[in-house]
Amino acid sequence: MTRSLLGLGMLALASMAFALALGSVTVSPADLWQVIQGEGSTLHRTLLLDLRLPRTLAAFGTGGLLAVAGALMQVLLRNPLADPYVLGLSGGAAVGALLAMLMGMGTLIISGSAFAGAMLATVLVFGLAHGTGSWTPSRLLLTGVVVAAGWGAVITLMLAITPSYKLPGMLYWLMGDVSYARSPWPAVVVLAVSVVLIMPLARNLNVLARGAMQAAALGVSVRPLEWTIYVLASLLTATAVTTAGSIGFVGLIVPHMLRLILGNDQRIILPASALAGGTLLVLADTLARTVIAPEQLPVGVITALLGVPTFLYLLHRSR
Amino acid sequence: MSTLNTRDLIINVPGRPDGFALNMSIEPGQVWGVLGPNGAGKTTLLHTLAGLLPARSGQVQLNSAPLTALKRRVIARQLGLVFQERQDSFPATVLETALIGRHPWLSPWDSEQGEDQRRAEQALTTLDVDHLSDRLLNTLSGGERQRVAIATLMTQNPNIWLLDEPTNHLDLHHQVKVMNLMRDQAGAGKTVFLCLHDLNLAARWCSHVLLLYTNGDACWGPVANMLVPDALERLYDQRLITLQADGLTVFVPAP
Repeated sequence: MTRSLLGLGMLALASMAFALALGSVTVSPADLWQVIQGEGSTLHRTLLLDLRLPRTLAAFGTGGLLAVAGALMQVLLRNPLADPYVLGLSGGAAVGALLAMLMGMGTLIISGSAFAGAMLATVLVFGLAHGTGSWTPSRLLLTGVVVAAGWGAVITLMLAITPSYKLPGMLYWLMGDVSYARSPWPAVVVLAVSVVLIMPLARNLNVLARGAMQAAALGVSVRPLEWTIYVLASLLTATAVTTAGSIGFVGLIVPHMLRLILGNDQRIILPASALAGGTLLVLADTLARTVIAPEQLPVGVITALLGVPTFLYLLHRSR
Repeated sequence: MSTLNTRDLIINVPGRPDGFALNMSIEPGQVWGVLGPNGAGKTTLLHTLAGLLPARSGQVQLNSAPLTALKRRVIARQLGLVFQERQDSFPATVLETALIGRHPWLSPWDSEQGEDQRRAEQALTTLDVDHLSDRLLNTLSGGERQRVAIATLMTQNPNIWLLDEPTNHLDLHHQVKVMNLMRDQAGAGKTVFLCLHDLNLAARWCSHVLLLYTNGDACWGPVANMLVPDALERLYDQRLITLQADGLTVFVPAP
Protein backbone atom coordinates (compact mmCIF):
# COMPACT_ATOMS: atom_id res chain seq x y z
CA MET A 1 0.00 0.00 0.00
CA THR A 2 2.62 2.56 1.06
CA ARG A 3 4.97 0.82 -1.37
CA SER A 4 2.76 1.50 -4.35
CA LEU A 5 2.43 5.18 -3.33
CA LEU A 6 6.21 5.40 -2.91
CA GLY A 7 6.65 3.85 -6.36
CA LEU A 8 4.24 6.35 -7.90
CA GLY A 9 6.06 9.18 -6.11
CA MET A 10 9.41 8.06 -7.61
CA LEU A 11 7.74 7.83 -11.02
CA ALA A 12 6.42 11.38 -10.61
CA LEU A 13 9.89 12.73 -9.75
CA ALA A 14 11.45 10.83 -12.65
CA SER A 15 8.88 12.24 -15.09
CA MET A 16 9.58 15.76 -13.85
CA ALA A 17 13.35 15.33 -14.28
CA PHE A 18 12.65 13.99 -17.77
CA ALA A 19 10.43 16.99 -18.54
CA LEU A 20 13.06 19.44 -17.28
CA ALA A 21 15.88 17.86 -19.29
CA LEU A 22 14.01 17.52 -22.57
CA GLY A 23 13.09 20.29 -24.99
CA SER A 24 14.46 22.53 -27.75
CA VAL A 25 17.74 22.53 -25.79
CA THR A 26 18.45 19.16 -24.19
CA VAL A 27 20.09 19.41 -20.77
CA SER A 28 22.37 16.55 -19.71
CA PRO A 29 21.66 14.79 -16.39
CA ALA A 30 24.91 16.19 -14.98
CA ASP A 31 23.89 19.76 -15.80
CA LEU A 32 20.40 19.11 -14.43
CA TRP A 33 21.89 17.89 -11.15
CA GLN A 34 24.09 21.02 -10.94
CA VAL A 35 21.08 23.31 -11.36
CA ILE A 36 19.14 21.33 -8.72
CA GLN A 37 22.06 21.91 -6.33
CA GLY A 38 21.91 25.63 -7.06
CA GLU A 39 24.88 25.78 -9.43
CA GLY A 40 25.27 25.55 -13.21
CA SER A 41 25.38 28.16 -15.94
CA THR A 42 23.02 31.14 -16.02
CA LEU A 43 21.55 29.95 -19.31
CA HIS A 44 20.68 26.57 -17.84
CA ARG A 45 19.30 28.12 -14.68
CA THR A 46 17.01 30.46 -16.61
CA LEU A 47 15.92 27.69 -18.96
CA LEU A 48 15.17 25.17 -16.23
CA LEU A 49 13.96 27.24 -13.30
CA ASP A 50 12.14 30.08 -15.08
CA LEU A 51 10.79 28.33 -18.15
CA ARG A 52 10.53 24.57 -17.81
CA LEU A 53 9.98 24.16 -14.07
CA PRO A 54 6.81 26.32 -13.85
CA ARG A 55 5.35 24.59 -16.87
CA THR A 56 6.19 21.14 -15.50
CA LEU A 57 4.67 21.96 -12.13
CA ALA A 58 1.56 23.36 -13.81
CA ALA A 59 1.21 20.16 -15.83
CA PHE A 60 1.67 18.02 -12.71
CA GLY A 61 -0.83 20.05 -10.69
CA THR A 62 -3.44 20.04 -13.44
CA GLY A 63 -3.15 16.31 -14.08
CA GLY A 64 -3.36 15.56 -10.37
CA LEU A 65 -6.40 17.81 -9.91
CA LEU A 66 -8.29 16.22 -12.79
CA ALA A 67 -7.52 12.67 -11.65
CA VAL A 68 -8.54 13.32 -8.02
CA ALA A 69 -11.71 15.11 -9.19
CA GLY A 70 -12.50 12.09 -11.38
CA ALA A 71 -11.95 9.64 -8.53
CA LEU A 72 -14.26 11.69 -6.29
CA MET A 73 -16.99 12.01 -8.94
CA GLN A 74 -16.93 8.27 -9.55
CA VAL A 75 -17.62 7.54 -5.88
CA LEU A 76 -20.22 10.32 -5.65
CA LEU A 77 -22.18 8.97 -8.62
CA ARG A 78 -21.39 5.31 -7.84
CA ASN A 79 -20.52 5.10 -11.50
CA PRO A 80 -17.07 4.19 -12.72
CA LEU A 81 -17.70 6.10 -15.96
CA ALA A 82 -18.19 9.49 -14.29
CA ASP A 83 -15.58 12.18 -14.72
CA PRO A 84 -15.51 15.93 -14.10
CA TYR A 85 -16.33 16.70 -17.74
CA VAL A 86 -19.31 14.42 -17.92
CA LEU A 87 -21.10 16.73 -15.49
CA GLY A 88 -20.60 19.71 -17.79
CA LEU A 89 -18.05 21.52 -15.60
CA SER A 90 -15.51 21.91 -18.39
CA GLY A 91 -18.27 22.99 -20.75
CA GLY A 92 -19.15 25.87 -18.43
CA ALA A 93 -15.47 26.75 -18.07
CA ALA A 94 -14.99 26.65 -21.84
CA VAL A 95 -17.93 28.96 -22.49
CA GLY A 96 -16.51 31.39 -19.92
CA ALA A 97 -13.02 31.29 -21.41
CA LEU A 98 -14.16 31.56 -25.04
CA LEU A 99 -16.42 34.47 -24.19
CA ALA A 100 -13.45 36.33 -22.70
CA MET A 101 -11.31 35.47 -25.75
CA LEU A 102 -14.04 36.60 -28.11
CA MET A 103 -14.07 39.97 -26.37
CA GLY A 104 -10.30 40.15 -26.70
CA MET A 105 -9.53 40.01 -22.99
CA GLY A 106 -6.12 39.24 -21.48
CA THR A 107 -5.11 35.91 -20.00
CA LEU A 108 -5.98 36.91 -16.43
CA ILE A 109 -9.59 37.68 -17.39
CA ILE A 110 -9.76 34.49 -19.48
CA SER A 111 -8.68 32.43 -16.45
CA GLY A 112 -11.11 34.18 -14.14
CA SER A 113 -13.92 33.82 -16.64
CA ALA A 114 -13.18 30.08 -17.05
CA PHE A 115 -13.27 29.61 -13.28
CA ALA A 116 -16.56 31.50 -13.02
CA GLY A 117 -18.00 29.39 -15.85
CA ALA A 118 -17.04 26.14 -14.12
CA MET A 119 -18.58 27.24 -10.83
CA LEU A 120 -21.74 28.44 -12.62
CA ALA A 121 -22.03 25.02 -14.28
CA THR A 122 -21.62 23.37 -10.87
CA VAL A 123 -24.42 25.37 -9.29
CA LEU A 124 -26.63 24.94 -12.35
CA VAL A 125 -26.28 21.14 -12.48
CA PHE A 126 -26.70 20.69 -8.76
CA GLY A 127 -29.67 23.04 -8.57
CA LEU A 128 -31.44 21.41 -11.49
CA ALA A 129 -30.71 17.86 -10.32
CA HIS A 130 -32.04 18.75 -6.89
CA GLY A 131 -35.37 19.77 -8.38
CA THR A 132 -38.28 19.50 -6.01
CA GLY A 133 -37.26 16.26 -4.36
CA SER A 134 -34.01 14.61 -3.40
CA TRP A 135 -31.39 13.90 -6.02
CA THR A 136 -30.14 10.46 -6.86
CA PRO A 137 -26.81 9.64 -8.52
CA SER A 138 -28.50 8.76 -11.81
CA ARG A 139 -30.49 12.00 -11.79
CA LEU A 140 -27.34 14.05 -11.15
CA LEU A 141 -25.51 12.20 -13.91
CA LEU A 142 -28.33 12.71 -16.43
CA THR A 143 -28.64 16.39 -15.58
CA GLY A 144 -24.88 16.78 -16.00
CA VAL A 145 -24.83 15.02 -19.35
CA VAL A 146 -27.69 17.11 -20.72
CA VAL A 147 -26.24 20.39 -19.42
CA ALA A 148 -22.87 19.40 -20.93
CA ALA A 149 -24.57 18.89 -24.29
CA GLY A 150 -26.06 22.38 -23.93
CA TRP A 151 -22.62 23.87 -23.27
CA GLY A 152 -21.33 21.98 -26.32
CA ALA A 153 -23.91 23.67 -28.51
CA VAL A 154 -23.03 27.11 -27.13
CA ILE A 155 -19.33 26.43 -27.78
CA THR A 156 -20.02 25.41 -31.37
CA LEU A 157 -22.15 28.53 -31.85
CA MET A 158 -19.37 30.75 -30.50
CA LEU A 159 -16.77 29.13 -32.74
CA ALA A 160 -19.07 29.61 -35.74
CA ILE A 161 -19.41 33.35 -35.22
CA THR A 162 -15.77 33.98 -34.24
CA PRO A 163 -13.50 35.74 -36.78
CA SER A 164 -11.09 33.16 -38.14
CA TYR A 165 -7.89 34.82 -36.84
CA LYS A 166 -9.04 34.21 -33.28
CA LEU A 167 -9.90 30.54 -33.82
CA PRO A 168 -6.50 28.83 -33.25
CA GLY A 169 -6.18 30.20 -29.70
CA MET A 170 -9.69 29.08 -28.86
CA LEU A 171 -9.23 25.62 -30.30
CA TYR A 172 -5.98 25.19 -28.36
CA TRP A 173 -7.77 26.18 -25.17
CA LEU A 174 -10.53 23.67 -25.90
CA MET A 175 -8.04 20.88 -26.48
CA GLY A 176 -6.07 21.79 -23.39
CA ASP A 177 -2.75 23.58 -23.38
CA VAL A 178 -0.39 23.88 -20.43
CA SER A 179 1.47 26.83 -22.01
CA TYR A 180 -1.54 28.93 -20.97
CA ALA A 181 -0.64 28.41 -17.33
CA ARG A 182 0.22 31.78 -15.83
CA SER A 183 1.48 30.36 -12.56
CA PRO A 184 1.71 26.73 -11.45
CA TRP A 185 1.02 27.54 -7.81
CA PRO A 186 -2.79 27.61 -7.68
CA ALA A 187 -2.98 24.11 -9.17
CA VAL A 188 -0.18 22.66 -7.04
CA VAL A 189 -1.36 24.24 -3.78
CA VAL A 190 -5.04 23.35 -4.29
CA LEU A 191 -4.01 19.78 -5.14
CA ALA A 192 -1.81 19.35 -2.07
CA VAL A 193 -4.28 20.94 0.35
CA SER A 194 -7.28 19.01 -0.94
CA VAL A 195 -5.52 15.64 -0.85
CA VAL A 196 -4.52 16.28 2.77
CA LEU A 197 -8.07 17.39 3.65
CA ILE A 198 -9.79 14.49 1.91
CA MET A 199 -7.67 11.73 3.48
CA PRO A 200 -9.64 11.55 6.77
CA LEU A 201 -12.80 11.17 4.66
CA ALA A 202 -11.38 8.41 2.48
CA ARG A 203 -12.79 5.50 4.50
CA ASN A 204 -16.21 7.22 4.47
CA LEU A 205 -15.93 7.25 0.69
CA ASN A 206 -15.19 3.52 0.67
CA VAL A 207 -18.43 2.96 2.55
CA LEU A 208 -20.35 5.40 0.34
CA ALA A 209 -19.24 3.41 -2.71
CA ARG A 210 -21.48 0.61 -1.34
CA GLY A 211 -24.57 2.78 -1.69
CA ALA A 212 -26.11 5.62 0.30
CA MET A 213 -28.35 3.43 2.50
CA GLN A 214 -25.56 1.03 3.41
CA ALA A 215 -23.29 3.98 4.20
CA ALA A 216 -25.93 5.58 6.45
CA ALA A 217 -26.42 2.24 8.23
CA LEU A 218 -22.67 2.16 8.90
CA GLY A 219 -22.66 5.60 10.50
CA VAL A 220 -21.88 7.92 7.57
CA SER A 221 -23.75 11.24 7.38
CA VAL A 222 -24.44 10.76 3.69
CA ARG A 223 -25.86 14.10 2.57
CA PRO A 224 -23.12 16.33 4.07
CA LEU A 225 -20.47 13.96 2.73
CA GLU A 226 -21.95 14.05 -0.78
CA TRP A 227 -22.09 17.84 -0.71
CA THR A 228 -18.46 18.01 0.39
CA ILE A 229 -17.33 15.70 -2.41
CA TYR A 230 -19.32 17.55 -5.03
CA VAL A 231 -18.10 21.00 -4.05
CA LEU A 232 -14.51 19.80 -3.70
CA ALA A 233 -14.51 17.97 -7.03
CA SER A 234 -15.98 21.05 -8.71
CA LEU A 235 -13.34 23.28 -7.17
CA LEU A 236 -10.57 20.94 -8.29
CA THR A 237 -11.94 20.80 -11.83
CA ALA A 238 -12.38 24.56 -12.00
CA THR A 239 -8.79 25.11 -10.86
CA ALA A 240 -7.54 22.60 -13.43
CA VAL A 241 -9.40 24.07 -16.41
CA THR A 242 -8.40 27.56 -15.32
CA THR A 243 -4.76 26.49 -15.36
CA ALA A 244 -4.62 24.59 -18.62
CA GLY A 245 -7.90 24.62 -20.51
CA SER A 246 -10.02 21.54 -20.91
CA ILE A 247 -7.94 18.38 -20.96
CA GLY A 248 -10.00 15.25 -21.38
CA PHE A 249 -9.47 11.65 -20.34
CA VAL A 250 -7.21 12.19 -17.30
CA GLY A 251 -10.11 12.25 -14.84
CA LEU A 252 -11.73 9.19 -16.33
CA ILE A 253 -8.74 7.03 -17.13
CA VAL A 254 -6.27 7.58 -14.29
CA PRO A 255 -8.50 6.56 -11.33
CA HIS A 256 -9.85 3.67 -13.36
CA MET A 257 -6.38 2.36 -14.23
CA LEU A 258 -5.35 2.64 -10.60
CA ARG A 259 -8.47 0.74 -9.44
CA LEU A 260 -7.64 -2.07 -11.84
CA ILE A 261 -4.15 -2.36 -10.34
CA LEU A 262 -4.56 -1.29 -6.69
CA GLY A 263 -8.17 -2.16 -5.83
CA ASN A 264 -10.80 0.31 -4.69
CA ASP A 265 -9.59 1.61 -1.34
CA GLN A 266 -9.92 5.41 -1.59
CA ARG A 267 -7.19 5.84 1.03
CA ILE A 268 -4.81 4.63 -1.69
CA ILE A 269 -6.70 5.66 -4.82
CA LEU A 270 -6.94 9.39 -3.96
CA PRO A 271 -3.23 10.09 -3.31
CA ALA A 272 -2.30 7.64 -6.08
CA SER A 273 -4.58 9.54 -8.48
CA ALA A 274 -2.85 12.80 -7.59
CA LEU A 275 0.58 11.30 -8.32
CA ALA A 276 -0.35 9.27 -11.40
CA GLY A 277 -2.52 12.01 -12.94
CA GLY A 278 0.30 14.50 -12.46
CA THR A 279 2.85 12.10 -13.96
CA LEU A 280 0.66 11.38 -16.99
CA LEU A 281 0.18 15.05 -17.77
CA VAL A 282 3.89 15.89 -17.27
CA LEU A 283 4.84 13.16 -19.73
CA ALA A 284 2.09 14.16 -22.16
CA ASP A 285 3.11 17.81 -22.03
CA THR A 286 6.78 16.92 -22.58
CA LEU A 287 5.80 14.95 -25.67
CA ALA A 288 3.46 17.72 -26.79
CA ARG A 289 6.26 20.26 -26.90
CA THR A 290 9.02 18.02 -28.29
CA VAL A 291 7.46 15.68 -30.89
CA ILE A 292 7.25 18.28 -33.66
CA ALA A 293 9.36 21.01 -31.98
CA PRO A 294 9.42 23.95 -32.30
CA GLU A 295 5.72 23.52 -33.04
CA GLN A 296 3.59 22.36 -30.07
CA LEU A 297 0.72 19.90 -30.00
CA PRO A 298 -2.29 20.35 -27.72
CA VAL A 299 -1.62 18.22 -24.65
CA GLY A 300 -5.19 16.86 -24.59
CA VAL A 301 -4.48 14.99 -27.82
CA ILE A 302 -1.45 13.33 -26.24
CA THR A 303 -3.24 12.33 -23.02
CA ALA A 304 -5.91 10.64 -25.10
CA LEU A 305 -3.38 8.94 -27.40
CA LEU A 306 -1.38 7.69 -24.39
CA GLY A 307 -4.33 6.96 -22.14
CA VAL A 308 -6.68 5.11 -24.44
CA PRO A 309 -4.41 2.19 -25.42
CA THR A 310 -3.04 1.83 -21.88
CA PHE A 311 -6.54 1.76 -20.49
CA LEU A 312 -7.80 -0.74 -23.05
CA TYR A 313 -4.82 -2.99 -22.35
CA LEU A 314 -5.45 -2.94 -18.59
CA LEU A 315 -9.16 -3.55 -19.06
CA HIS A 316 -8.46 -6.47 -21.38
CA ARG A 317 -5.95 -7.97 -18.94
CA SER A 318 -8.15 -7.56 -15.84
CA ARG A 319 -10.45 -10.18 -14.43
CA MET B 1 -27.28 -4.55 25.65
CA SER B 2 -29.76 -2.31 23.89
CA THR B 3 -33.52 -2.04 23.71
CA LEU B 4 -35.51 -0.68 20.78
CA ASN B 5 -38.91 0.87 21.58
CA THR B 6 -41.54 2.22 19.25
CA ARG B 7 -43.88 4.91 20.59
CA ASP B 8 -47.14 5.26 18.61
CA LEU B 9 -45.10 4.58 15.50
CA ILE B 10 -46.82 4.87 12.13
CA ILE B 11 -44.51 3.94 9.28
CA ASN B 12 -44.71 5.93 6.09
CA VAL B 13 -45.99 3.59 3.39
CA PRO B 14 -46.98 5.94 0.53
CA GLY B 15 -50.73 6.06 -0.19
CA ARG B 16 -51.76 3.93 2.78
CA PRO B 17 -53.96 5.02 5.70
CA ASP B 18 -52.22 5.20 9.06
CA GLY B 19 -53.48 1.85 10.34
CA PHE B 20 -52.52 0.61 13.75
CA ALA B 21 -49.81 2.45 15.71
CA LEU B 22 -46.93 0.27 16.89
CA ASN B 23 -45.98 0.27 20.56
CA MET B 24 -43.43 -2.47 20.78
CA SER B 25 -40.54 -3.08 23.10
CA ILE B 26 -37.85 -5.16 21.43
CA GLU B 27 -35.51 -6.35 24.14
CA PRO B 28 -32.15 -8.10 24.49
CA GLY B 29 -32.43 -11.87 24.24
CA GLN B 30 -35.47 -11.74 21.98
CA VAL B 31 -35.65 -12.82 18.35
CA TRP B 32 -38.49 -11.01 16.58
CA GLY B 33 -39.89 -12.16 13.26
CA VAL B 34 -41.94 -9.83 11.06
CA LEU B 35 -44.42 -11.62 8.84
CA GLY B 36 -46.61 -10.11 6.19
CA PRO B 37 -47.51 -10.21 2.51
CA ASN B 38 -45.54 -8.36 -0.18
CA GLY B 39 -45.93 -4.61 0.18
CA ALA B 40 -47.16 -4.75 3.79
CA GLY B 41 -44.28 -2.46 4.81
CA LYS B 42 -41.82 -4.93 6.35
CA THR B 43 -38.78 -3.30 4.75
CA THR B 44 -40.15 0.20 5.41
CA LEU B 45 -40.56 -0.74 9.08
CA LEU B 46 -37.02 -2.10 9.25
CA HIS B 47 -35.56 1.06 7.68
CA THR B 48 -37.66 3.23 10.00
CA LEU B 49 -36.40 1.29 13.02
CA ALA B 50 -32.85 1.93 11.79
CA GLY B 51 -33.58 5.66 11.41
CA LEU B 52 -32.99 5.53 7.66
CA LEU B 53 -36.56 6.56 6.80
CA PRO B 54 -38.64 9.17 8.63
CA ALA B 55 -41.76 7.89 10.42
CA ARG B 56 -45.13 9.36 9.49
CA SER B 57 -45.73 9.92 13.19
CA GLY B 58 -44.56 8.62 16.53
CA GLN B 59 -40.97 7.76 17.26
CA VAL B 60 -38.36 5.04 17.60
CA GLN B 61 -36.30 5.03 20.77
CA LEU B 62 -32.90 3.46 21.17
CA ASN B 63 -32.34 2.84 24.89
CA SER B 64 -35.09 5.46 25.52
CA ALA B 65 -33.36 8.18 23.44
CA PRO B 66 -35.26 9.17 20.28
CA LEU B 67 -33.39 7.91 17.23
CA THR B 68 -33.75 11.25 15.46
CA ALA B 69 -31.70 12.95 18.19
CA LEU B 70 -28.71 10.63 17.73
CA LYS B 71 -25.80 10.95 15.30
CA ARG B 72 -25.58 8.27 12.59
CA ARG B 73 -22.23 7.15 13.94
CA VAL B 74 -23.60 6.67 17.45
CA ILE B 75 -26.55 4.70 16.05
CA ALA B 76 -24.25 2.54 13.90
CA ARG B 77 -22.33 1.40 16.98
CA GLN B 78 -25.58 0.17 18.57
CA LEU B 79 -27.64 -0.96 15.64
CA GLY B 80 -26.82 -2.69 12.36
CA LEU B 81 -28.83 -3.69 9.34
CA VAL B 82 -28.64 -6.30 6.59
CA PHE B 83 -30.40 -4.96 3.50
CA GLN B 84 -32.50 -7.05 1.19
CA GLU B 85 -30.85 -5.50 -1.84
CA ARG B 86 -27.26 -4.49 -2.12
CA GLN B 87 -25.51 -2.41 -4.70
CA ASP B 88 -21.98 -3.05 -5.82
CA SER B 89 -20.91 -0.53 -8.42
CA PHE B 90 -17.22 -1.12 -7.78
CA PRO B 91 -15.50 -4.48 -7.47
CA ALA B 92 -14.59 -5.43 -3.89
CA THR B 93 -13.34 -8.61 -2.26
CA VAL B 94 -15.26 -10.56 0.36
CA LEU B 95 -12.79 -9.66 3.13
CA GLU B 96 -12.89 -5.93 2.23
CA THR B 97 -16.67 -6.11 2.35
CA ALA B 98 -16.73 -7.69 5.80
CA LEU B 99 -14.17 -5.15 7.05
CA ILE B 100 -16.37 -2.13 6.27
CA GLY B 101 -18.42 -3.35 9.23
CA ARG B 102 -15.68 -1.87 11.43
CA HIS B 103 -16.26 1.61 9.99
CA PRO B 104 -18.37 3.02 12.87
CA TRP B 105 -15.74 1.91 15.38
CA LEU B 106 -12.71 3.56 13.74
CA SER B 107 -11.71 7.22 13.94
CA PRO B 108 -11.04 9.07 10.65
CA TRP B 109 -7.27 8.58 10.74
CA ASP B 110 -7.39 4.94 11.91
CA SER B 111 -7.03 2.02 9.57
CA GLU B 112 -8.25 -1.50 10.28
CA GLN B 113 -5.90 -3.21 12.72
CA GLY B 114 -5.24 -6.88 13.51
CA GLU B 115 -8.22 -6.97 15.86
CA ASP B 116 -10.60 -5.75 13.13
CA GLN B 117 -9.11 -8.24 10.70
CA ARG B 118 -9.58 -11.03 13.25
CA ARG B 119 -13.23 -10.14 13.81
CA ALA B 120 -13.92 -10.09 10.07
CA GLU B 121 -12.20 -13.43 9.51
CA GLN B 122 -14.07 -14.99 12.40
CA ALA B 123 -17.40 -13.75 11.03
CA LEU B 124 -16.59 -15.12 7.58
CA THR B 125 -15.71 -18.48 9.15
CA THR B 126 -19.00 -18.53 11.10
CA LEU B 127 -20.94 -17.97 7.88
CA ASP B 128 -18.85 -20.57 5.94
CA VAL B 129 -17.48 -18.04 3.47
CA ASP B 130 -13.92 -17.80 4.80
CA HIS B 131 -12.59 -19.79 1.82
CA LEU B 132 -13.91 -17.01 -0.46
CA SER B 133 -12.21 -14.09 1.33
CA ASP B 134 -10.07 -13.02 -1.65
CA ARG B 135 -12.81 -13.50 -4.23
CA LEU B 136 -14.59 -10.54 -5.80
CA LEU B 137 -18.13 -10.13 -4.50
CA ASN B 138 -19.69 -10.04 -7.97
CA THR B 139 -18.33 -13.51 -8.73
CA LEU B 140 -20.26 -15.13 -5.85
CA SER B 141 -23.65 -16.83 -5.89
CA GLY B 142 -26.69 -15.12 -4.37
CA GLY B 143 -26.58 -17.28 -1.25
CA GLU B 144 -22.86 -16.67 -0.75
CA ARG B 145 -23.38 -12.92 -1.03
CA GLN B 146 -26.20 -13.11 1.49
CA ARG B 147 -23.86 -14.86 3.93
CA VAL B 148 -21.16 -12.21 3.31
CA ALA B 149 -23.73 -9.50 4.14
CA ILE B 150 -24.59 -11.25 7.42
CA ALA B 151 -20.86 -11.64 8.15
CA THR B 152 -20.45 -7.88 7.62
CA LEU B 153 -23.12 -7.24 10.27
CA MET B 154 -21.39 -9.71 12.58
CA THR B 155 -18.12 -7.82 12.05
CA GLN B 156 -19.90 -4.57 12.88
CA ASN B 157 -21.07 -6.29 16.08
CA PRO B 158 -23.88 -3.93 17.13
CA ASN B 159 -26.22 -4.74 20.05
CA ILE B 160 -29.29 -4.63 17.84
CA TRP B 161 -29.43 -6.72 14.67
CA LEU B 162 -32.01 -5.85 12.02
CA LEU B 163 -32.12 -8.23 9.04
CA ASP B 164 -34.31 -8.01 5.95
CA GLU B 165 -35.11 -11.57 4.87
CA PRO B 166 -31.75 -13.02 5.95
CA THR B 167 -32.60 -16.49 4.66
CA ASN B 168 -33.18 -15.30 1.08
CA HIS B 169 -31.17 -17.33 -1.46
CA LEU B 170 -29.85 -19.65 1.26
CA ASP B 171 -29.88 -23.44 0.96
CA LEU B 172 -31.66 -25.40 3.72
CA HIS B 173 -28.50 -26.09 5.69
CA HIS B 174 -27.51 -22.44 5.73
CA GLN B 175 -31.04 -21.30 6.55
CA VAL B 176 -30.82 -23.41 9.69
CA LYS B 177 -27.29 -22.21 10.36
CA VAL B 178 -28.27 -18.54 10.05
CA MET B 179 -31.37 -18.97 12.23
CA ASN B 180 -29.28 -20.78 14.87
CA LEU B 181 -26.81 -17.90 14.72
CA MET B 182 -29.67 -15.44 15.40
CA ARG B 183 -30.78 -17.47 18.41
CA ASP B 184 -27.21 -17.75 19.71
CA GLN B 185 -26.65 -14.03 19.32
CA ALA B 186 -29.88 -13.27 21.18
CA GLY B 187 -28.75 -15.72 23.86
CA ALA B 188 -25.56 -13.68 24.19
CA GLY B 189 -27.59 -10.51 24.85
CA LYS B 190 -28.22 -9.16 21.35
CA THR B 191 -31.60 -7.86 20.22
CA VAL B 192 -32.62 -9.48 16.93
CA PHE B 193 -35.38 -8.36 14.56
CA LEU B 194 -35.96 -10.12 11.22
CA CYS B 195 -38.30 -9.87 8.26
CA LEU B 196 -39.23 -13.37 7.14
CA HIS B 197 -41.39 -15.08 4.58
CA ASP B 198 -41.11 -18.56 6.03
CA LEU B 199 -43.69 -19.29 8.74
CA ASN B 200 -41.88 -22.42 9.80
CA LEU B 201 -38.59 -20.64 10.41
CA ALA B 202 -40.49 -18.05 12.46
CA ALA B 203 -42.32 -20.75 14.42
CA ARG B 204 -39.14 -22.55 15.30
CA TRP B 205 -36.61 -19.78 15.91
CA CYS B 206 -38.44 -16.59 16.85
CA SER B 207 -39.46 -15.68 20.38
CA HIS B 208 -41.80 -12.89 19.23
CA VAL B 209 -43.75 -12.25 16.06
CA LEU B 210 -45.19 -9.12 14.47
CA LEU B 211 -47.90 -9.59 11.85
CA LEU B 212 -48.12 -6.70 9.39
CA TYR B 213 -51.25 -6.50 7.25
CA THR B 214 -51.46 -4.77 3.86
CA ASN B 215 -53.99 -2.25 5.18
CA GLY B 216 -51.69 -1.12 7.99
CA ASP B 217 -53.17 -3.28 10.72
CA ALA B 218 -50.66 -4.98 12.98
CA CYS B 219 -50.50 -7.28 15.97
CA TRP B 220 -47.58 -8.62 17.90
CA GLY B 221 -46.68 -10.81 20.82
CA PRO B 222 -44.91 -14.02 21.88
CA VAL B 223 -44.68 -16.53 19.07
CA ALA B 224 -46.99 -19.11 20.68
CA ASN B 225 -49.89 -16.62 20.79
CA MET B 226 -49.38 -15.24 17.33
CA LEU B 227 -49.01 -18.15 14.95
CA VAL B 228 -52.70 -19.04 14.90
CA PRO B 229 -53.84 -20.55 11.56
CA ASP B 230 -56.85 -18.19 11.30
CA ALA B 231 -54.74 -15.05 11.71
CA LEU B 232 -52.11 -16.33 9.29
CA GLU B 233 -54.69 -17.26 6.65
CA ARG B 234 -56.12 -13.73 6.88
CA LEU B 235 -52.59 -12.27 6.76
CA TYR B 236 -51.62 -13.95 3.51
CA ASP B 237 -55.14 -14.41 2.10
CA GLN B 238 -54.11 -18.03 1.63
CA ARG B 239 -55.58 -21.21 3.12
CA LEU B 240 -53.06 -23.18 5.21
CA ILE B 241 -52.74 -26.81 6.22
CA THR B 242 -51.20 -27.39 9.65
CA LEU B 243 -49.36 -30.59 10.43
CA GLN B 244 -47.94 -31.89 13.67
CA ALA B 245 -44.52 -33.43 13.33
CA ASP B 246 -41.70 -33.97 15.78
CA GLY B 247 -43.68 -32.05 18.42
CA LEU B 248 -43.87 -28.98 16.15
CA THR B 249 -46.65 -27.33 14.20
CA VAL B 250 -45.76 -27.08 10.51
CA PHE B 251 -47.59 -24.74 8.13
CA VAL B 252 -48.05 -25.74 4.50
CA PRO B 253 -49.98 -23.68 1.93
CA ALA B 254 -53.08 -25.47 0.69
CA PRO B 255 -53.16 -25.78 -3.11
